[in-house]
Amino acid sequence: MIKVENITKTFGEFTAVDHVSFTVQEGENLVLLGRSGCGKTTLLKMINRLIEPSSGEIYIDGDNIYNRQPEELRKKIGYVFQNTGLFPHYTIAENIAIVPRLLGWDKQKIRWRTVSLMEKLHLPGEYLSYYPQQLSGGQQQRVGLARALAADPPVLLMDEPFGALDPITRASVKKDFRQLDELKSKTIVLVTHDVQEAFELGHRICLMDKGMIVQAGRPEDLLFRPTEDYVRDFFEDQRFQLEASVIDPKDYDTLIRAFDHFKNKGK
Amino acid sequence: MEQAQSLWQFMQQQSDKLLQQTLQHIGLTFISLVIALLIGLPLGIYITRHKPAAGPVLGFAGVMQTIPSIALLGFMIPLLGIGPLPAIAALFLYALLPIIRNTYTGIEGVDPLVKEAAVAMGMTRMQVLLKVELALAFPVIMAGIRTATVINVGVGTLAAYIAAGGLGEFIFGGIALNNTNMILAGAIPAALLAILLDFLLSLVQKMGRRRRLSTLWAMPVLFLLLSSFYVLPFGYSTRLLAGFTPEFMGRSDGDIGLRTVYGLKIRTVVISDAVMYKAAYEKKLDVISGYSTDGRLKTYDLVVLEDDKKIFPPYYAAPVVRKEVLERYSELGPVLNKLAGRIDDSVMTELNYKVEHLNQSPEKCARDFLVQQGLYREPAPVKEGVVRIGSKIFPEQYILTNMYAMLIRGYTGLQVETKTGLGGTKICFEALQHDRIDMYPEYTGTALLAILQPPAVDTKAG
Repeated sequence: MIKVENITKTFGEFTAVDHVSFTVQEGENLVLLGRSGCGKTTLLKMINRLIEPSSGEIYIDGDNIYNRQPEELRKKIGYVFQNTGLFPHYTIAENIAIVPRLLGWDKQKIRWRTVSLMEKLHLPGEYLSYYPQQLSGGQQQRVGLARALAADPPVLLMDEPFGALDPITRASVKKDFRQLDELKSKTIVLVTHDVQEAFELGHRICLMDKGMIVQAGRPEDLLFRPTEDYVRDFFEDQRFQLEASVIDPKDYDTLIRAFDHFKNKGK
Repeated sequence: MEQAQSLWQFMQQQSDKLLQQTLQHIGLTFISLVIALLIGLPLGIYITRHKPAAGPVLGFAGVMQTIPSIALLGFMIPLLGIGPLPAIAALFLYALLPIIRNTYTGIEGVDPLVKEAAVAMGMTRMQVLLKVELALAFPVIMAGIRTATVINVGVGTLAAYIAAGGLGEFIFGGIALNNTNMILAGAIPAALLAILLDFLLSLVQKMGRRRRLSTLWAMPVLFLLLSSFYVLPFGYSTRLLAGFTPEFMGRSDGDIGLRTVYGLKIRTVVISDAVMYKAAYEKKLDVISGYSTDGRLKTYDLVVLEDDKKIFPPYYAAPVVRKEVLERYSELGPVLNKLAGRIDDSVMTELNYKVEHLNQSPEKCARDFLVQQGLYREPAPVKEGVVRIGSKIFPEQYILTNMYAMLIRGYTGLQVETKTGLGGTKICFEALQHDRIDMYPEYTGTALLAILQPPAVDTKAG
């Protein structure tokens, strides 16, 4: 469980993150959603101390993260970058093995883990001896995910993990991502500016603007019970697809309401 | 073909010296390179962490690089004397810039995202530096080391000017002695050394990461081993240390004569005449091959030894002129002869002293002397025709050149062009032979032995 309390980050005069608090339950996927410059990535990077906050506290499983060595903290938190951040001078196998090796796993265990991750992410085994630049963008992103998962960390932070991929590749990587058993038990914080993606992947969504959380809640809460005009406007362009995606077919009322809305809009 | 053969013969004949000089050269190159690495690498890393320091540090190393090598060696002498120490210090300063700059540029060039990823995975600062930054910057840093090595091999030849040995001894000796084989015996190994070292380091640069790891441990060991090649020649009976110019070393009216006729066997280092006198004055050297008319003999209160076995022919200053120039301008000969018999050793010493110690300009000194002798005339109306006067690089020659120029202008109206930057007897004489200059002041003894080159037997008999 991650608990963020009243966290603030200022860069000189500019306040990137402004007194933000939220909680992520164990096994929950939380999406930080917002336009670029809203502070979502800064917020994410404060969870593994890539950025130190100006004030506020963060707890993981009840422990204050500022009481721990940052290096020790980071080894227990997987991190996926938008542009992979793979080491160009390491083979795929070495890239995946970075954290296990830092943790001092024995070679056999690392080997076994690497091979099994390659299988799970649908990467051919011969790629293990390749270098990152020999792989396509989608394959590199899968390796990036494998690297973050290698040491089986309980927490995963993802910064626009599908942002750099073309739509077709994105769809296929996302599909594998959703089907991955390992991810089901993980506590995940994912940053995106893509509304569709937020609805697909998030159990809960924090919509951010100007360093603050405008509204946090389940996707359908944000869609149907917006607390502010900003939230309503944010989803307006894609409202129909979004509503269709969150509707439980058994939920008749919701279906009608969506239909009515669509009809009214058509007029 | 004959040329190549005799070069080979020369190298075989001098193989002991050649080997020693080559080893000294490698030693000098690597001692300074190792020191430059020990200081340049950490400094390069430091300035990536402390950006405000990057400008001044790179600026300082850049300025060092722009100082002409001879001048840098000159600066070193008051601080460190002569011998290997100033040579190593100068080479170190030259090697510094490529190493610092390439370390800095290499690390700066590493994708910030990769560095951030390394941190995000829990690497410590040291792990990020070693496994990511240095590993990725390695080819760039190696390129810097290669540049530094090649620079050091090249500049290292100048070490011979300040008694630090190396292949420069042959090169400068050869230039001074008009001995092409000797020049090549120094220049070719130096060039090959630069190419070979550059090639070997390029192999390391292109090596894959894993093979590199094992090589990287070997490199410092190898560098240190190569550094140890530099050993001064010991094992002489006397404690006296002589410093002779490259030219003196190879002339029968020089070191060869001293050894064969006088049986003088003392530890000898090769040194440029520009710093030789000062080194003797500062007790770095005990015996030097000075010019008997040099003003610095007086300045530094040095004693001239008597040549009672007569290995030195008399060195009268005399203009050497191209025959066709004398024929073309018939008035030139008598004008040049006006100086005949007017300058003896003590007069010349006095003139040199004025220039070297009292810092008079050679021009003023020459003019004063001509005025005093009643020879000076204001320039005559300009006539068609130019006389080109060359000179070696030391004050006496500048003074003589100025006198000749004033006499020619005053008495003939011919125009005069002076070329005062000719490095030695060989260069002057070659310039004369190839019609680049028309005349230059030479000394009778030098002209006889170095240019006309009588068979060695004759001088040994004398």
